[in-house]
Amino acid sequence: MAEYTLKVRRYQPEAGEGAYWEEFNVELEPSLSVLDGLLQAKDRDDGSLSVRCSCRAAICGSCGMKINGQSGLGCKTQIGEAHEAANRRNGGGNPIVIEPMGNMPVIKDLITDMESTHWEKIRRVTPWLLPHGEPPEREYIVEPESMIDITQSMACIQCGSCVSACLSMEADPDFVGPAALAKAYRFVGDPRDAETRERLHDLAQDPHGIYDCTHCFSCVDACPKGVAPMDQIMRLRRRAGEEGIEDPNSGHNHEMAFVKIIEKKGTLDESALLQESFVPGIKGKLMPGKRAIKEMIASLPTAIRGFRTGKMRSLKVIPGLHHKLPDGAQDEVKAIYAHAQAHREEFNIYIKGEEGAEPEEKEAT
Amino acid sequence: MKLAYWPGCVSRGFTTELHGSMELVAERLGIELVPLERANCCGAGVIAEHNQELADTLNARTLALAQQTDLAMMNICSTCQGAQSECQQRLDADAEYRAHINESLAGQGLEYTKGKDGFSNKNFLWLLVEDYGLDKLAEKVVRPLSELKVGPFYGCYVVRPKERLGYENHPNRDIYLEQVIEVLGGEPVDYAGARKCCGFPVITMNRETSLRQAGTHIGDGIEAGADALVTPCPLCHLNLDLQQPEAAKVVNRDLGLPVLHLPQLVGLALGFEPKELGMHRHIASTGKVEDRLAATPTA
Repeated sequence: MAEYTLKVRRYQPEAGEGAYWEEFNVELEPSLSVLDGLLQAKDRDDGSLSVRCSCRAAICGSCGMKINGQSGLGCKTQIGEAHEAANRRNGGGNPIVIEPMGNMPVIKDLITDMESTHWEKIRRVTPWLLPHGEPPEREYIVEPESMIDITQSMACIQCGSCVSACLSMEADPDFVGPAALAKAYRFVGDPRDAETRERLHDLAQDPHGIYDCTHCFSCVDACPKGVAPMDQIMRLRRRAGEEGIEDPNSGHNHEMAFVKIIEKKGTLDESALLQESFVPGIKGKLMPGKRAIKEMIASLPTAIRGFRTGKMRSLKVIPGLHHKLPDGAQDEVKAIYAHAQAHREEFNIYIKGEEGAEPEEKEAT
Repeated sequence: MKLAYWPGCVSRGFTTELHGSMELVAERLGIELVPLERANCCGAGVIAEHNQELADTLNARTLALAQQTDLAMMNICSTCQGAQSECQQRLDADAEYRAHINESLAGQGLEYTKGKDGFSNKNFLWLLVEDYGLDKLAEKVVRPLSELKVGPFYGCYVVRPKERLGYENHPNRDIYLEQVIEVLGGEPVDYAGARKCCGFPVITMNRETSLRQAGTHIGDGIEAGADALVTPCPLCHLNLDLQQPEAAKVVNRDLGLPVLHLPQLVGLALGFEPKELGMHRHIASTGKVEDRLAATPTA
């Protein structure tokens, strides 16, 4: 048995007061969970301490919360580890800090209202199968292998931890978000669904859709089930790109511009990237759209400031004068492009697993 | 200490002061850098979203070029670290996949080898703490940053996902900046944004969200009393420094917080002058840092 202090962010709406912090001392085995600690405090100290929970085994997804700032499940976080995490930079006197999930309104203590930032967004992606044609007499028959691709997104238990952790949603509450987009991929990747292109088009056209993710990996670390929502968002982008779907955020243009620049130059020419992201092929056909013009104008002050300090040397902003890789190296990069474009293999560790401790032949050096 | 060196693209593009200060600092620390002249862009996650195999092969090429030197590899960009580690994790996970990628490199006389003796790919921050050593770094400090309060800004790609980035063996990688700031004599500042996203990846796709992220973190840093932020990621630097005046407009407040590259902060403590470290190239004036340091003469 060990003693721990839980510092809980509390909010009791009936008291008519704002949120406040309260500390609870609990005593339990380090291998027990943070949720066990909270339930002990509720049992021994204050029955009004409110937390949503049910299975206590990371299956039901009820006890999403922030522990030392990290979103996850209270039942899946060992209290001993949470204590260590809280005390990496001092001798051990810090409490374990527990807050309700982020990006959501708080109803009471650790209980959040998941309706507007989670369930509404889940419904927004049409989370059911849209097959075409007459339904079969019995069940749909598909090859088991064709479903493997979506098992990762099917593992979601709707706990909201990823939404809580999402740094895009923190800055843009309209972002469709990691849970809903992972759910969207679950149907985009389903061989029985017949509206794949429509789904991709819908989520690419939404300015707060697939191109609003900042690629911060917060949802990947928060997810207790290994869904890696951000990876699913990247799959949606890949699929949308393969379908050639354009979007108002210039997400697809940006991606294609990046890919082309590296094929041509080997390293990134930022000024070319900026231009090509907004106005692809500017040198050939000067037809920037309304948004492109707006964005180019918006980036002018930054460019001018860059000139003034010498940050952007004059050569740098003229695409085409970027340094090139030495003798023959660029041809090697091009050869890689040819090989990879021909195969387009996608390797998913979640599905394939890792070699683990498999003995690897040591190089005879 | 001799290392294969991958400076990345941005440190030779919009943030030349990073590459420049890294070379100066490495020399003074006694680290010999062997540049990987033939290496290519890491793809920054963008190429992977287009074609994962392409991104993996491009990064396998860079790693293989480094392995060819029989040296460990160093990068100076959180994003390079993240993208290269992601590729390496997939290559290391499966012999068949590795063989497939190596097949593409074979024509160039290159091969990526899993678990090659003595090979690792670490950014300057990890290398400084884990291999160079903070004690040794402390010995090199000639101008302690004793009046300087510094807010760390890591960049997502070196803090998440933990399982991919070696946190099992190095659990403190997300507090190394604080440790380095302390060793250099400065005072690390706690503020909300240290491990959050700078917003750079969506600057062309959702400018307002992007700048709101940058502006919020800079504002939080100022409120917590920081004289400057320090980052090991040049892409973060672009959004936090180059875009700072634009971010200020979006969050509607005065900002004006210097943002230093990690080698610049180390360089100041090693006795280099701000100009040698290219600090005059920054958009947010570094005058505040220089004023503080003026009070601390070089030993």
